[in-house]
Amino acid sequence: MPNTAEHAVPTAGRLRRIGWQVGLIGMSPISLAVAIISIVFLALSWTWIALPVVIGAVAMTRVLADGYRTVAGQLLGSEIARPYRPRPAGGWSTRLFALAKDPATWRDLAWLWVNATLGFAMVVFSLGLFLAVAWQLLFPVVWSIWPSVFVEYWGVFDITSLPRAVAVSWPVALVYFGLWWRFEPLLMRSYARLARSLLSPTESSRLAKRVEQLAVSRAETVDTQAAELRRIERDLHDGAQARLVALGMSLGMADEVMDRDPQAAKVLLAEARTTTSQALAELRNLVRGIHPPVLADRGLDGAVHALAMACPLPTSVDVDIAGRLPAPVESAGYFAVAEAITNVIKHSGAGKAWVRLTYADGRLALMVADDGNGGADPGRGTGLRGIERRLAAFDGTVVVSSPAGGPTVVTMELPCELSSVKTSPSSGTA
Amino acid sequence: MRVVIGEDLALLRDGLIRLLTAHDFEVVDAVDNGPSLLRSLVTHRPDVAVVDIRLPPTFTDEGLRAAISAREQVPGLPVLVLSQYVEQLYARELLSDRAGGVGYLLKDRVSDIGQFIDAARQVAAGGTVMDPEVISQLLARNARNEPLGALTPREREVLSHMAEGRSNAAIAARMFVTEKAVSKHTNNIFAKLGLPPSEDDNRRVLAVLTYLNGA
Repeated sequence: MPNTAEHAVPTAGRLRRIGWQVGLIGMSPISLAVAIISIVFLALSWTWIALPVVIGAVAMTRVLADGYRTVAGQLLGSEIARPYRPRPAGGWSTRLFALAKDPATWRDLAWLWVNATLGFAMVVFSLGLFLAVAWQLLFPVVWSIWPSVFVEYWGVFDITSLPRAVAVSWPVALVYFGLWWRFEPLLMRSYARLARSLLSPTESSRLAKRVEQLAVSRAETVDTQAAELRRIERDLHDGAQARLVALGMSLGMADEVMDRDPQAAKVLLAEARTTTSQALAELRNLVRGIHPPVLADRGLDGAVHALAMACPLPTSVDVDIAGRLPAPVESAGYFAVAEAITNVIKHSGAGKAWVRLTYADGRLALMVADDGNGGADPGRGTGLRGIERRLAAFDGTVVVSSPAGGPTVVTMELPCELSSVKTSPSSGTA
Repeated sequence: MRVVIGEDLALLRDGLIRLLTAHDFEVVDAVDNGPSLLRSLVTHRPDVAVVDIRLPPTFTDEGLRAAISAREQVPGLPVLVLSQYVEQLYARELLSDRAGGVGYLLKDRVSDIGQFIDAARQVAAGGTVMDPEVISQLLARNARNEPLGALTPREREVLSHMAEGRSNAAIAARMFVTEKAVSKHTNNIFAKLGLPPSEDDNRRVLAVLTYLNGA
């Protein structure tokens, strides 16, 4: 689903980073090999025979680049997006040209070279500092095993006893430790920034991607709205309008027979009244589907409470939103929750449901959970797809967790502003 | 009987004035917005107020809020609330002070004039009148629950009449049975729901609604 917000990922601690440094160093021969093969066969690509190798190298480069993106993302604490343009439709030559024209292809290659040189040096230095600490700490042990080999320490001190070995090497270990503690994070951060500068989407590719997402979500929104309008028109035409015509007919006939047959007129008038009630009932249902009055009255909080009260299974509602959301977001959120609750009622076989609405960091999170059978498949259900479409217009996302056997948790998120009106958080069971 | 009307649409306001005056109500005030409604209710202390939920200035639930705060200042002030929609949330809020003298009806019910005037009189007398739609929603919602599921279809019918504020005699007339038969049903219902039996109509309604709302 469209979403370009940078996702925060937990940063790794020093010890985990050591593991990564080992991994990165292990990966560098492969990277270097791919980088060399790319360049060599690119130079030979006029022979055509070299082309398959180039394509293979590009594919391999992308796999490697994804790995580096993950590592750098975790080092920086924010995910790095993939910059590639979508694969165009058409023959292999079109695709090949698209590949060649995608700046991300060349930037990946550039990264492989930077990584093999400067990047490699940074990682090796980081790990080296740690290894130096370890070596100095272990020096006394090594000395006691092979005292004859390690007689001299840096050619300066003569090591003659264990306490002397400790006295000489451990202070040095402390110095190395200080250096490692101070500079390793800086080095690894710089390494990650360097990776990000080449591996993350450029501004123009980011915009291109965004435009594409917007075009898709806009088309979906327009389609949905057109369908909604058609439905409303049909409902009005077949419902309230038809009833009003019938009403007019009953009244006209009553008027006609009034003097001749007051009893028949009475029956017709009673009919007219029934028709009015039916027309009103239909209009009520229609309005509920467009914009529920309780949503206008009480906002998302009250409307979701009202939903829960109307729900046949016990549903607890917990709302923690300090303020009022923009009206379109409230509406989208309301219908998304309503749809999710309908799914719970229809498919889950649950005995209980929970709704939780929270707002934090510019995102409204709507969670609908139940204790039913689970196994909900977002690809299959039209309900979930409908929610996705509804939220896509707001850059919203839907995540469904539904293992077989339950519980099912549907989490919907949409970014939005919050107006500053303060309301106290409320919760309750309906 | 003195009545205050709160309705912003002139067409409906005039209709209500005409209708109520024709049935021996004295319309002491008719206002078209929330703040004046609250003021009018507190100063006039009418025998019954007929209030539209949606009123200016906010065009949200201004009328409901005015009615509820008027009842805070004048406990038990009889209020008959009208709306294009019934919302259980609002029914619960109106009933929450358990003081009686509350009605909540769809606006369409006004077209059955006899029933509407009846409802207004009942509310004025401290009774509770809920729209059949509120009751059917509550019943539908609780249909699966243990004690309610134990009711026979006949008993459920009696229960919904009861919750709408009807006396045993009125229920008997509607269901074409004797009053004694209805009273047998009501005793069964109260026993099955574990509620203390009561012959006082208002207490009966409140008991049933509290039960349905709280379940």
